[in-house]
Amino acid sequence: MRGAFAKTLTELAGNDSRIYLLTGDLGYMALEPFAEKFPDRFINVGVAEQNMVGIATGLAEAGFIPVVYSIVTFATLRPYEFIRNGPILHQLPVRIAGVGGGAEYGHNGATHYGLEDIGVMRVQPGITVVAPADAAQTATALKKTYDLPGPVYYRLGKDDRIVVPGLNGAFDLGRAQIIREGKDLLLIAMGGISCEVAAAAELLRKDGIDCEVMVVASINPAPVDDLKAHLSKFRQAITVEAHYAAGGLCSLVSEVVAQSGINCKITRCAIEKSPDGETGGQAFLYNKFGISAGAVAARAKALLCGVMV
Amino acid sequence: MINNLQLNTYVPIAQATGAGRNQMTGLTLRRSIIEQSKRAGVGHIGSALCVADIIACLYGKVIEAQSPRDPERDRFVLSKGHAALALYAAFAQRGWITQAQLNTYCGDGSQLGVHPEHCLPGVDFATGSLGQGLSFGVGAALAAKRQNSKRRTFVLLSDAECNEGSVWEAIMFASHHKLNNLFAIIDLNGQQAFGYTKDVLNLTPMDARWQAFGWDVHCVDGHDADAMAVLIQSLSGKGDQPHVLVAHTTFGKGVSFMEHQIKWHYSPLNDLEYKQALAELEVQ
Repeated sequence: MRGAFAKTLTELAGNDSRIYLLTGDLGYMALEPFAEKFPDRFINVGVAEQNMVGIATGLAEAGFIPVVYSIVTFATLRPYEFIRNGPILHQLPVRIAGVGGGAEYGHNGATHYGLEDIGVMRVQPGITVVAPADAAQTATALKKTYDLPGPVYYRLGKDDRIVVPGLNGAFDLGRAQIIREGKDLLLIAMGGISCEVAAAAELLRKDGIDCEVMVVASINPAPVDDLKAHLSKFRQAITVEAHYAAGGLCSLVSEVVAQSGINCKITRCAIEKSPDGETGGQAFLYNKFGISAGAVAARAKALLCGVMV
Repeated sequence: MINNLQLNTYVPIAQATGAGRNQMTGLTLRRSIIEQSKRAGVGHIGSALCVADIIACLYGKVIEAQSPRDPERDRFVLSKGHAALALYAAFAQRGWITQAQLNTYCGDGSQLGVHPEHCLPGVDFATGSLGQGLSFGVGAALAAKRQNSKRRTFVLLSDAECNEGSVWEAIMFASHHKLNNLFAIIDLNGQQAFGYTKDVLNLTPMDARWQAFGWDVHCVDGHDADAMAVLIQSLSGKGDQPHVLVAHTTFGKGVSFMEHQIKWHYSPLNDLEYKQALAELEVQ
């Protein structure tokens, strides 16, 4: 997704001289297309994320569209108060691009995981929050949001190769995408893990369970109407996210269910505990956290048979 | 919204607001500061008095903009946002806000809070969380460079604000990128909320620290508005370094019982103190 993001941003910057790209010394082997084409509009601010967001605020006040780039946790948590008091409070078009949502930086360990970014960003009403599911959706989402008047946060995956079947690059703010229709169970996914959820639906089909799969990439504004329409067709739904259980997709969906009075029970597949220091690749960690395709399928089967796992 | 204000025992008196840019001095601002802080019953008086001459220098002698909405105006960031009352007093004397607006200071529904809010025209950046303003100012100065504009950016920081690590991130960036259109002014009063800076976290030598980070450093009397204005004008557009005025100041300047006193970081005025403060300013 980060490759698609850099490529699309470079295309957009060719037609819009307001676009600047700032990085906190990250994006090696990803941001070069932009840096080479627009060297005057590419600034490596050094390892200083707070200052990066502050500078972007000053640039945006003068009419620029600065994109700040780093790994999810360094792009959101380290400069969080700068984001709050800068672009959000002033309603300026700063774009925050965080790469590696969830546990994509697996072997790098817990300091590099992005486990609560959606939660902390989503609580701020004044920022658009987007979590694309694959490269094609990243490109569409960036094109449709890059010139919004207020700030935007993008949670990007590292992997440009994954393709979520049935998504076809669709994205609209405030909407969700249905990538598979079904009648037995609704699976709702956020971000790069949507691919695992599509695979889970395929596993369940072999067991005779017919799942509908929804991708939520527009987190703020939330796809409230789409969620209501589809949740009300099912008695059971499972949310799947590479994010802590609190504040992310499950919280968002549960808020909609609670506020609308829809009779649908929500089960969550999310990261329930703080990292314990045991590292590994993303697939290993997805299994460990219970959010892999196999784990989601097992959860679904248990749920539909009325057995807790 | 003015109706909501608590007037306490304050009786409005004729004051210097509305006098215009040319008549603005630290003294005219200090009278406003004392009157408004008493009327509103709020503190941060010593900090506002301390920077009155710096604000009078900038808004009376340096910043030319006719309108706070002029896109080519010099930018100003009051990074030590808790001194906002001095800024509001300058806006009133400049004619950017009315006396009636100034009288809403710290009232319900007012745009004039203890710390400056962006909704008030003239406040380029909302502040109050220390350590953020210099980064905003660096971005503003960088933007001016990239837009080939001659506009300058001024950032007023407190000395204790330099405790914040983010300030030093901004200091490094500004010198590396040769932002000679950026002026930082350090209000070097040697005090912070809980004590004296030499006891809390020693900042000495302030000038050598900034110099070591690549800035063009000038130690000045922070109460000599004329000299600071002359210096700023002479440095504008010069050299290839950002400029910093290390302004030696007296906390609570102009009111004898407030000067150098930690108490007046937060304490509001009682009736007796208010009368004494105004009386002292009357004879200056």
